Amino acid sequence: MTSKSIVALEGVAKTYGAFTALHPTDLAIAEGEFVTLLGPSGCGKTTTLRLIGGFEQASAGRISISGQDVTERAPYHRPVNTVFQDYALFPNMSVSDNIGYGLSVKSNNVPKAERAKRVGEAVTLVGLEGMAHRRPGELSGGQRQRVAMARAIVRRPRVLLLDEPLSALDVKLREGMQVELKRLHRELGITFLMVTHDQTEALALSDRIVVMNQGRISQIGSPIELYDNPANPYVADFIGGANLVPAELIGRDGDTAAFRIGNGMVVRSRRATAMREPGRRITLGIRPERFVAATSGATNSLECVIRESLFHGDRLRLELGLDGITMPLFAELPRTAVSSPSGVEPGSHITLLVDPDDVMVFNAKEDQE
Amino acid sequence: MTLTRRTLASFLALFSLPLAWVLLLLVVPYAIMISVGFWTRQFPLFHPDFQFGNYVQIFSDPQYTTVIVRTLKIATFVTLGAVILGYPLAYFLVFTVRSAALRNLLYMSVIVPLWVSYLLRAYTWKIILGTDGALNSLLVSTGIVDAPLDIFLYNQTAMVITLVYIFVPFMVMPLFTVLDNIPRRLIEASEDLGVGPFMTFWKVIFPLSLGGVIAGATMTFCLAFGDFVAPVLVGGPNGTMVANLLQTQFGTALNWPLGSALATVVLALVLVLLQLSMRLDRAGRVDLA
Repeated sequence: MTSKSIVALEGVAKTYGAFTALHPTDLAIAEGEFVTLLGPSGCGKTTTLRLIGGFEQASAGRISISGQDVTERAPYHRPVNTVFQDYALFPNMSVSDNIGYGLSVKSNNVPKAERAKRVGEAVTLVGLEGMAHRRPGELSGGQRQRVAMARAIVRRPRVLLLDEPLSALDVKLREGMQVELKRLHRELGITFLMVTHDQTEALALSDRIVVMNQGRISQIGSPIELYDNPANPYVADFIGGANLVPAELIGRDGDTAAFRIGNGMVVRSRRATAMREPGRRITLGIRPERFVAATSGATNSLECVIRESLFHGDRLRLELGLDGITMPLFAELPRTAVSSPSGVEPGSHITLLVDPDDVMVFNAKEDQE
Repeated sequence: MTLTRRTLASFLALFSLPLAWVLLLLVVPYAIMISVGFWTRQFPLFHPDFQFGNYVQIFSDPQYTTVIVRTLKIATFVTLGAVILGYPLAYFLVFTVRSAALRNLLYMSVIVPLWVSYLLRAYTWKIILGTDGALNSLLVSTGIVDAPLDIFLYNQTAMVITLVYIFVPFMVMPLFTVLDNIPRRLIEASEDLGVGPFMTFWKVIFPLSLGGVIAGATMTFCLAFGDFVAPVLVGGPNGTMVANLLQTQFGTALNWPLGSALATVVLALVLVLLQLSMRLDRAGRVDLA
């Protein structure tokens, strides 16, 4: 781990009896970064956050925060603060008492005047002016969210931990709060470590995303890296979504490799430069939005039958059937790509083309660790 | 019209029984009790009357006021004792015991004594505290004292100990419920904000459990206030409580009017207390959601 990293996990694992919530994991987070732990429920992301917060004891490994080993330390001795999923506001205290709570205890040694000033600043920062004397029960979901933020940042933690901070809000409010989070991160300059299962949230907010699956880190990278170059089918499907089709290498022509899919159709990719041996089993990944409607017979085109079409406003989402392949394919086309509504009725045929640059190639599932 | 009549009929069908119950077994007896309190006694008969002589007697005769004050004092000590013993127990059950099976077992062991006869449980303390009792045997056998002591039994302390033992489940039950309902996230949030376990208890857990303390204290106080068995079994000459006095008025003293007036005073005291506890509870109530 470099000396620059503010949070470092070295071989950290967590088991509950026979169940392993987190396999030995290494992770380094740099000062000032906005990092997201992303994955479905049960992937170990919340466990990781709780281990850093000190609410769970690591079964193995070492956790350090700004260079200090905190593995054995209680939550109240760690320089991090948490925004809890359900906010966990103290119902018996007003908004300002909630925010000032972490400063009010003697051991924290914040003089009264200073405390009031900092609470006031935090209230302003999250836009809760005039609400200071209300009880949490009298606030809306979005306002509670802001109180939880203010309460966590008022102690000026080195790292702010956010556990699904926006999941309890409705869609419109969530988009607004995403912008707020980004602004707060920029203005405060502290490290944010967020847990979410929402890939759009992760893509929109993070400097780096840690994709997790079944207690392991699947891939770490910037949103663009993960979207453009997913390391495995799981990441490809989880970030942005992808059609995953088993295929076999049949040959190559320069930088373009040709693969045969189940029904004998041939798909070409320019993203498998290292693959040489014909007959090798792989998995192709094609993002739904990379398909374009084309005339039949073009290279790298697929003849499909439309099974279902869903209208999404600016675009159409199609569920497609390919002869000889049971698994459906999904394609998203701009609305303008289809001339008439009858062209996308279930049962009609459509030819879709995909650029060889956009066909991702992964080792077949059994080859992965 | 028909609809109204049908509604009325079904209303009566549904509620006449509970209404009759409330009327016959609550309202009428209380009315009788209160009105008899104004009667006069001309031994051995009672005459319907409307006069305040019985009340004057209760509040002017130190015999009665002393007993009322003593009862209030003992009930207060019993309540305090029950909080001091019951709170840590409930806290331990909710926060320290990890295994649900063990927690249920321990909780049941708090509740189970309620199934044992009240008299038996009160009598147990006579056996423990008596001159030939378990406590004295222990003290003598360990050589702390030479001869059995008679200071343990037949005094107000013995009454408080016995009543605390008998009524502590009524304190533990509401406290257990209220502590169990405190979201663990709030405790984590407090610790996350740099506040250690002790201050977390004082600033988060205790304030949020006050409803249970009030409920438990109210029940314990009222039960202890109306008790008449412990004074007879373990109380000494200075152990008489209001309920004993009432018993005497309706028994050997044969003065129902005075007894009714005394019962009305006790009822008024308990009602004031309940009102007070409801106010406190409402003021301290918070939305845990």
